[in-house]
Amino acid sequence: MEPADALKLLNSGVPVSWYLTLSAILFAVGVAGFLFRRNIITVFMCIELMLNAVNLSFITFAHQHRQASGQLFAFFVMVVAAAEAAVGLAIILTVFRNRSTLNIDEINTLKN
Amino acid sequence: MDIFFFLLFAFIAVIAAVNVVLQRHPISSALSLVGVMASLAVLYLLLGAEFIAMAQLIVYAGAIMVLFVFVIMLLNAGTEERSGRSWLSQVLGVPAIVALLGLLCFFAYKVFPNAGFVKFGDFTGGGAKEIGYALFTEYLLPFEVTSILILIAIVGAIVLARKELD
Repeated sequence: MEPADALKLLNSGVPVSWYLTLSAILFAVGVAGFLFRRNIITVFMCIELMLNAVNLSFITFAHQHRQASGQLFAFFVMVVAAAEAAVGLAIILTVFRNRSTLNIDEINTLKN
Repeated sequence: MDIFFFLLFAFIAVIAAVNVVLQRHPISSALSLVGVMASLAVLYLLLGAEFIAMAQLIVYAGAIMVLFVFVIMLLNAGTEERSGRSWLSQVLGVPAIVALLGLLCFFAYKVFPNAGFVKFGDFTGGGAKEIGYALFTEYLLPFEVTSILILIAIVGAIVLARKELD
């Protein structure tokens, strides 16, 4: 590649597909953690990781279409994630109080 | 310059995300997750979403992660023990995840072959003014519904987490 071409590539910005690929990588890592981990809190954190990956896609498309709507979707996802974290962690507290374990393999019945 | 910042913070985000999954102690996972969120906030800035970047730092890295760390310390969660997994899931797990990643990337490239480039400063419609205007005109109903959702979440969290009275 000629040096001028390399400079042109460097100045033209980042391809949108790179952002989408990063989003896909983060989502896949989140899925992996969700499936592989045994600690209920870590599983919950992996859900947050997946939500963040999707937010990155939304904001990338907002930039691509030059519209603020995509960013509003990310905003609403953030709000829902906050509500979900509050309720989810309360559920984790209740589960731990009733069973005194955080291992999801041992929490396998809805009733005691 | 854009490409340099993107690669730097994308690298940090991926390393921290892998660290979230690989660490055995929940506190280490939580701190790695803060790293993911902070580097994603920088990427949002590069994409022209100033308001969302700040909200990401304040709401996610601030409020939600503090809640996580609080619960981890409250429950005194220790290192997670290894439990026996079936032979099939151990062999097929990682290839299945890689296949999922390949599928996602394939469709991203297939559906958006010439999606263009992201350049810092190309799009400046992500400030507080533009977001606020859209939020209170076009998206007023979802905004109001969100307030009810948060109210329900507060009530639900208190009901779930209170001490049972005999």
